[in-house]
Order: sequence, then structure tokens, then C-alpha cells
Amino acid sequence: MKTLFTTILLLALSFGVVAEENAHLQHAKIDPTDSESLQRGAKHFVTYCLGCHSIKHIRYQRMSLDFGIDDKKVLTDIAPQGATIYQQMNTAMNAHDSEKWFGIQPPDLSLAARSRSADWIYSYLKSFYADPKKPLGTNNLVFKDVGMPNVFWQLQGEQKATFKTVDGKQEIESLVVNVPGALSEQEFDTMVNDLVNFLVYVGEPIKLERERMGKYVLFFLSMFLLLAYLLKKEYWKDVH
Amino acid sequence: MKTNRITECSNWVLARFPLSKLWNEHMAHYYAPKNFNFWYFFGSLALLVLVNQFVTGILLTMNYKPDAKLAFDSVEYIMRDVNWGWLVRYMHSTGASAFFIVVYLHMFRGLIYGSYKQPRELIWIFGMLLFLALMAEAFMGYLLPWGQMSYWGAQVIISLFSAIPFIGDDLSLWIRGDYVVSDATLNRFFAFHVIAVPLVLVMLVFLHIVALHEVGSNNPDGIEIKKTKDANGIPLDGIPFHPYYTVKDLVGVGVFLIFFATIIFYLPEVGGFFLESDNFIPADPLRTPEHIAPLWYFTPFYAILRAIPDKFAGVIAMFGSIAVLFILPWLDRSPIKSVRYRGGIFKKALFVLVVSFIALGYLGTQPVTPTGTIFSRIFTLGYFGFFLLMPIYSRWEKAKPLPTRLTEQPALEDHLPALKEVFDEMTVLKAVTNPDDMKSFYGSTMLRRRPNPKGILRVMGRVTKKIKASLD
Repeated sequence: MKTLFTTILLLALSFGVVAEENAHLQHAKIDPTDSESLQRGAKHFVTYCLGCHSIKHIRYQRMSLDFGIDDKKVLTDIAPQGATIYQQMNTAMNAHDSEKWFGIQPPDLSLAARSRSADWIYSYLKSFYADPKKPLGTNNLVFKDVGMPNVFWQLQGEQKATFKTVDGKQEIESLVVNVPGALSEQEFDTMVNDLVNFLVYVGEPIKLERERMGKYVLFFLSMFLLLAYLLKKEYWKDVH
Repeated sequence: MKTNRITECSNWVLARFPLSKLWNEHMAHYYAPKNFNFWYFFGSLALLVLVNQFVTGILLTMNYKPDAKLAFDSVEYIMRDVNWGWLVRYMHSTGASAFFIVVYLHMFRGLIYGSYKQPRELIWIFGMLLFLALMAEAFMGYLLPWGQMSYWGAQVIISLFSAIPFIGDDLSLWIRGDYVVSDATLNRFFAFHVIAVPLVLVMLVFLHIVALHEVGSNNPDGIEIKKTKDANGIPLDGIPFHPYYTVKDLVGVGVFLIFFATIIFYLPEVGGFFLESDNFIPADPLRTPEHIAPLWYFTPFYAILRAIPDKFAGVIAMFGSIAVLFILPWLDRSPIKSVRYRGGIFKKALFVLVVSFIALGYLGTQPVTPTGTIFSRIFTLGYFGFFLLMPIYSRWEKAKPLPTRLTEQPALEDHLPALKEVFDEMTVLKAVTNPDDMKSFYGSTMLRRRPNPKGILRVMGRVTKKIKASLD
């Protein structure tokens, strides 16, 4: 009995630790059925991210099929000029240059939402703050000393960290907008949310389809189970 | 005329090949005890999962590229651009975990009903060899997606061999084919994963079944049905495997596939337990992940490895924890097979083993902490204690009297009404706030039930009492 008790206690303790680690992440609203949001997110990605980050595992045509829009609309509204519908979303920046400029090649983001969580990306994109000690002038609360600058500074404005002292050490308490940007806080949140929604979609474009299909498979299997059970009952009625 | 042709044809085959003899020996005239319960589904399910792994595996190799530069992208290519590739890949990845779930339950069945005991020691040994081959198969298969966890998991496990004195470094170099896990390692693991180990698995499954059919199946009562036969030499408590157990196993297949499909279609990652989030990052030899853990089915053994302060001793303990399973038939000194008639001390030891194994499995997924290490050591003792003290405590056991014939127990489906009652006790019906809900899917009484803490506590209290009582 004692071992059981200690196991439960241990489980409870360690879950507490995990929960604490993620406590500061903000929550993103993910809705893969919201085609409008996904289209806006795709547009934002091409405008703000594709310059450095590829999402090479998705093609423009996949989006037109999944968002329920025309190939033409994808090419004119979303894709950069000159792209064809079958192309994968590759970045124009070459690896050699990026390594020279940022010290590292910006990672492909096709699976970013599956390796990190949606909430992580959402919080990360909102957590840049001015830090004059850094070569690019910004740092990030979620990803410390990241090599990426705040690409949304014109939209979000510039955030400043406020500090508090814990055990004689200075810790960041919160981020406040120092220089306002072109978007209001709410508009900016929606924009980042659309972008994260799109990245979650890119992580697994088949997700909606598989969940839709699952219902039929489970229905078929339930029917199979029912028949198998009746068959077993019939065969076994004379076994005592 | 046509039927005659067919008969002629089949006679031609039967004159040259013992098809009907094989069928009768292993299916229609193979007499199995009639009281198989829930635990006996997992043998046939393991075979089903094996077939699933073969079929989906063959389909995957058609598009997978065993090349360090191409492997990761080819998996994503399968997930996105290959028709139905996502389904095949999820069936394979879920199948791997399902294989271990099914096999662990199958092994547990053998443990509680004494299926490893005389005269079935060889079946158990073949089974353990199967388990070993399965672990090798899973370990090498996990490297193939070439993600961060694939890479670093393989790096950690192979480096264990370098802890062996004198030959260690050369041995791990020989296994990897390089100084680090690299393209050479990926290629040889691919060869082992798709050809060598599957061949071994099939051979061992064949031997496992041949050995089983030679001595006959054990049963939940742990008594030999061959001791009481009728005038024709047929066991009184036996029924032909086909059709009785073929139709019964179909029911098991139905239930299993419902769980299997639910995971594939709705939660293929199972919160990082079946597909780890770090494995969605391509392998990077220059960047070690903060926390390296193998997939859940290896974590009990991994926790044992980490519990021992010395690396080489840890490796010995880890391999020892599997090796000890091989000698189980000779550790157990009790003549009684089934837990139903065994003494309380065995049941208590079994309880310690189950708790230790699950706890070690959990601890193995977690980063190392001082408290975690202490607990790992306690549970490692629990795990080894069950096996190594068995020659002593199994002698003390006060067994209950054995029946001469099989006993009848209520079937699984007979428990359903009681289960429904427990469910009702543990939940309360939520009142309908939105009248529109009544008409929709959410209006169903089943979905409107919410957990009832008081009821759950009551049920937990009863279950605890029941477990305690069953340990005597």
C-alpha cells in the first residue's frame, strides 16, 4: 500500500513541476476549420516570415484545396510574385548568407507547431523586448538570446521589460509597450493568432480530413464488432 | 463438371502437401481450454499487430529513403504527398506502441496464470526471445525517421555498449560503423529493421506456436485439461480452436481495432508518448536535446539503467532486468500455476512488481532529479525483488486447493451492468442550460454526465479494499 501511495504522491509532484514550466505561456485559439483565419495567416507568413524561414513541406496547391479557394486566388493573394501553384514554400534567402548574418540558418517551420506547441509559438512571437546588449537590439522572454529580431516591431511597437528583484537577482516581471506600433494590442493578437493557426495547419494539413474520416472508420468497426459478437454468441451457445 | 475440376485440383494438392493435416492439427482439432478470459486475447492480437507492421512497413519502404540527408524529409513526404501515406505511417507508428502494449499484457497473462511453468518453459523462452527481437526491431525502427530523438536516443543507447570494459569502445564503434551515429548507422539499422529482425521475428513466432501446440494451452485455472479425457481421447474441458476461438478472437480484434483507430484518427501522438515532439525536428549532431528519453515502452528499463550510479553496473542491471525473465520458470518453486490458487505472498509480490514496473516506466520519461533517482532505486529493488526472491517466497506459499476440472467464471460482458452502475456512481448528470443542446448530440445523457468527486472517492475506496482483500 505504501508503495502505491508514494507513487501517487510522486506523480502529483512531478506533474506540478511540468505545469510550472509552462505557466507563463499564453493561450492561442486554434481553429483549423476557420478558412479565413488560415488565409490571413498564410498571407502574414509570406509577408513577414518567408523572407527567412521556409515551410518546404507544403505546396501552394495544398492550401487552395484545403482552404476551399481557387488556385488563382492563392497565387494572387497569398503566394509571392512568380510562384507556381505546385511549388513548395521555399525561402529566397540562401543558407550561406543567413549563416553569415544570423550565425545560424533560420529553421524550416513546416513542423514548428508539432515540435513546439501552438501556445509556445504564440507566446514567443509576442514576447520580444528591447535589449540594447544584443546585436539585433531585441531579446525574447520565451526563447532567451534568440538570434531572430522582432519582425513585427512596426506592428506591435517596441516592448520594454520591467524588472523585479527576487533573492537579490533581477528578474523580468512583465513586458510593457514602450513605443506604440501600427496595430492595437487586440489587432496584433488576432494577427499573431492567425499566423499560429496557419502554422498549426502546416504542421499537419491532413488533420481535418483524418478526423472527418475517423467517424466513418469507427462506425464501421462498431458494426464489425457487433457482428463478431453476435457470431461468437451463436457459436458458443452450446459451450458450458 | 466444374466442381469436379476443383475437387481434382485440390486432391492433387492434398496428395502432395499435408494441408488438411496442418489445418486439423493446429485449428480444427486443436483443443483449447474452454475458459479463456480477457487475458487470452493478446496472443492473437500480437499476431494481428505483427501483420499490420509488415503490411504498413512494406508500404512505407516504397517511399522512405534510408539516407541521412533525405530520411527526415522523405517521412514528411509520405505524410503529405503520398496518397494515404499519413494513414500508413500512423498505422505503423501507432502499431509499434500497440505491439508493446499487447505484448506486455500477453506476458503479464503468462505471469499470473503460470504459463511459463513446466511443461511450457520453452514457449516462455521463445516468447522472451521474441520480446528481445521486438525491442531490437523497435529501437532500430525508431532511428529511421532521423529526428532529434531518433538520433540522440540511438546515440545514448549505443554508447551504453562502450561501458563494457576492454572491448566497449571498439564494440560501439563496430555497431555504429562510425564514431558518431551517422549515415552508416542509419543504413545498417534500415537493413536490420526491414529484413534481418523481421525474419527472426517470424521464425520465433513459428517456434512459439509449434511449442505451444505440442503441449497445449494453459488456462486461467492453471490445471491441465489433458488429464481428463473422454472415450475418444478428447479433453472434456477442451473445445476446438476453430471455430470457437477464431470467432471469439474476432470480437477481441473488433475491440482492439476500435482503440487502434481512435488513436490513429484522433490522437496519433498520444501526448508525446507514441510520437515525441522532439522528433519533429531533423536530427542535428551538433545540438543535444535538453532531455533525452526513449519511447515509453523502454522507459522502465531506462529508469533501471539510470538508477545505478555506475554506468557499467547500470548497463548490467538493465540487461539483467530482461535476462532475469528468461530464468523465471526455474525461479518459481511453487507447483501451483494460476494466481487464483496461489498464496497471498505471491500476490503481494506480483502487486509490488506491477507498481514498480509502472512507476519505473513513468520515472524513465522524466528528467533526472535526486528524488526521482531515489524512487527509481526503490522500484528497481521492487522489480528485481519479485524475481530474485522468488525461489524463497514461492516455497513458503500456502496454496489453495486446486479444482479437478475447469471452473466457470462470469464472462466479461456479464460485468457490463455493474460497470454502468459504477459509472453512474462516479458521475452526476449536468442540467441542460441551453434548450438547443437537447436536440443536438450534446443533449445525450451520456455526454452530459460530469465527474462526481464524492462518488469517485467512494468507488476508489471500494476498489482499494477489493485489491487489498484479493492479495490474501
